[in-house]
Amino acid sequence: MSITIEQRRQHRLMTIEKSLSTRHRKERRFRRLGLAAVIVGMTLVATLFASILMRGLPAFWQATFYMELYFDPEVIQVEDKPQQASGESQAEFNQRFAAWQTQVGLVNWQSLIDAALQETLDEEIEPRQLRDLRALLSSNERFTLRNKFVEDPSLLGQTIEVKMLASANVDVWIKGNIDRDLADARQQLSAQTRAWADQLYDAGVIRNAFSTSLFLNTDSRSAPASAGLAGAFMGSLFMMVIVIALSVPLGVASAVYLEEFAPKNRLTDIIEININNLAAVPSIVFGLLGASIFIGYLGLPLSAPLVGGLVLTLMTLPTIIIATRASLRSIPPSIRQAALGIGASKVQTVFHHVLPIALPGILTGSILGVAQALGETAPLLLIGMNAFVANVPSTPFEQSAALPVQIYLWQGNELRNFFEARTSAAIIVLLALMLSLNALAIWLRKKFETRW
Amino acid sequence: MNTSAKTNMPSSMVSVGGGESRTSKATNNVKMRAKDVKVFYGDTQAINGIDIDIYENEVLAFIGPSGCGKSTFLRCLNRMNDTIDICRVEGEITLDQKDIYAPDRDVVLLRAQVGIVFQKPNPFPKSIYENIAYGPRLHGLAKRKAELDDIVESSLRRAGLWEEVKDRLDQPGTGLSGGQQQRLCIARTIAVSPDIILMDEPCSALDPIATGKVEQLIDELSESYTIVMVTHNMQQAARVADRTAFFHMGDLIEVDSTDTIFTNPQNQRTHDYITGRYG
Repeated sequence: MSITIEQRRQHRLMTIEKSLSTRHRKERRFRRLGLAAVIVGMTLVATLFASILMRGLPAFWQATFYMELYFDPEVIQVEDKPQQASGESQAEFNQRFAAWQTQVGLVNWQSLIDAALQETLDEEIEPRQLRDLRALLSSNERFTLRNKFVEDPSLLGQTIEVKMLASANVDVWIKGNIDRDLADARQQLSAQTRAWADQLYDAGVIRNAFSTSLFLNTDSRSAPASAGLAGAFMGSLFMMVIVIALSVPLGVASAVYLEEFAPKNRLTDIIEININNLAAVPSIVFGLLGASIFIGYLGLPLSAPLVGGLVLTLMTLPTIIIATRASLRSIPPSIRQAALGIGASKVQTVFHHVLPIALPGILTGSILGVAQALGETAPLLLIGMNAFVANVPSTPFEQSAALPVQIYLWQGNELRNFFEARTSAAIIVLLALMLSLNALAIWLRKKFETRW
Repeated sequence: MNTSAKTNMPSSMVSVGGGESRTSKATNNVKMRAKDVKVFYGDTQAINGIDIDIYENEVLAFIGPSGCGKSTFLRCLNRMNDTIDICRVEGEITLDQKDIYAPDRDVVLLRAQVGIVFQKPNPFPKSIYENIAYGPRLHGLAKRKAELDDIVESSLRRAGLWEEVKDRLDQPGTGLSGGQQQRLCIARTIAVSPDIILMDEPCSALDPIATGKVEQLIDELSESYTIVMVTHNMQQAARVADRTAFFHMGDLIEVDSTDTIFTNPQNQRTHDYITGRYG
């Protein structure tokens, strides 16, 4: 015998060992590739977030004037604020009040601001310099001043410290978002205004203060410094409420019916295929559909969150139906049999046992669908939500902006070096909203998770 | 362990007789009767016309090789096959002389009368208490909380589980061991007080000790219930069944007292199966 049993055994072991080392090598390579993919992905996401934060965060602070302002009775020559007299009808009072407001509106509020600036700068301003002077402040601050007076007419004759927004160009200049060495002709502010701005900044009159206007104001074109997200935020909020109220019950109900009750036949097969196809339809197509049906046929208002919500509902439905069906399908059939076996009806089985277990999956799917809808821009463009609307909607029927569309509009604004940061700030707000939605999804998942 | 079940039992039901392996409580009243039952899955015929009587308070075991149709037939007895879309049942099955497949028959009521225990323990992912209380609550068997508590306790006692779980009724039923889970499922079934309990290989997922407990339980339950069980384990049939039915290829080959089937089968195929030629 040339080959002993022991030799064969040795040979077999060597063969296995050789194959083992290849196997280990392959496993190591695969693991390294996976890790590399994760690292690349994380780096890209980190870069994205870092760049957005770096650009956007400074926009939350804005160049703001803190200065003394004298409510000069010489300039503000109006009657006392009317009070409703006893026996006077509401209509009569309203008329009197409107007349008083007109009077207040006719006051030259700008001259008060001019005077205050002159006082603060401690300089004699010639009339030809007024234009440079007025370029310092956001142009709608005279209305802010008027509103302050309407609120509290007792300010007459007093000197108080007011907080006023600097103009967008001053903000850009102070923050260094424009090259300070550019020639005069290419600067957005005159040399005089720039010098004043620097002087006031050094004196602490212009400070970088947290920008409440970003959250409280609507979009503005005449006074870009005061442009805010309030309108867009409310518009998006209304749309989200509509999407949640419509797409979650509709989607879950359809999914439950299709998965648990519908007979399996050709018709339900076709429905299933079409739902899957709908999930892959580009969102802009839903915008077209919405424009033709809701606006063209049903005559609903243009640019209204109602229509936006309906369009986004259509877009979200397939996502929710698919997520819900997947979640229902993952419930072990033994649970259904257990319930049926002790005499629960099919509906009771679904509502007492299947849905509660499927709930976390359904909620997660729904919230991710809603979050996707929240960030959708394309379909909204087609139903007129890219219009400039300086209004905070109080109902979903009013014209409104929406957060993603606002980002789109701001990034195209010609005042680049001011709106670049503003755009990133809006993106941060939108992302924060999305992240909190996702956090909610995770929390709900944990809360309702069934422990087996 | 199960003293309460024994003392609660009407004395008239204690009738001694039958096989050597156990004390049978079977009567001669036909509880269920199947006449020429055929079952189809789509175009495939799974059961080829079965006639069988099931007597009150007997333990009837179905044995046979895999795929012989014994589970399929068992699930016809409380219409669990209704849940399978492509499944079609022909013939007649009666419970107390009433057709269970009649169009006006309420399947919910039927399943309250004919309970089922499955092969794999399948407690609900809820507390032990909720697992038992679900059925009675569903059928409105308890008006007040105290009544429900009573049902839960007596069901668990009858299933021989009370002593093991009485201090943790609020813990999830899925946290119990396999054997305890199966006894929980049996308790859940008897909580709705069915007449008949179907058991589809109730011990196939259990270890020998848990199996022994479940078999003892079956023996005790047969005092008040009719039990029809499918089993792969011939020793189990020999240990617990009054009568045994042998299925093969969708046919009922032979049904007789367990002793006869195991010692003196009339059919050659039964003989071959019992002696281990196939299966």
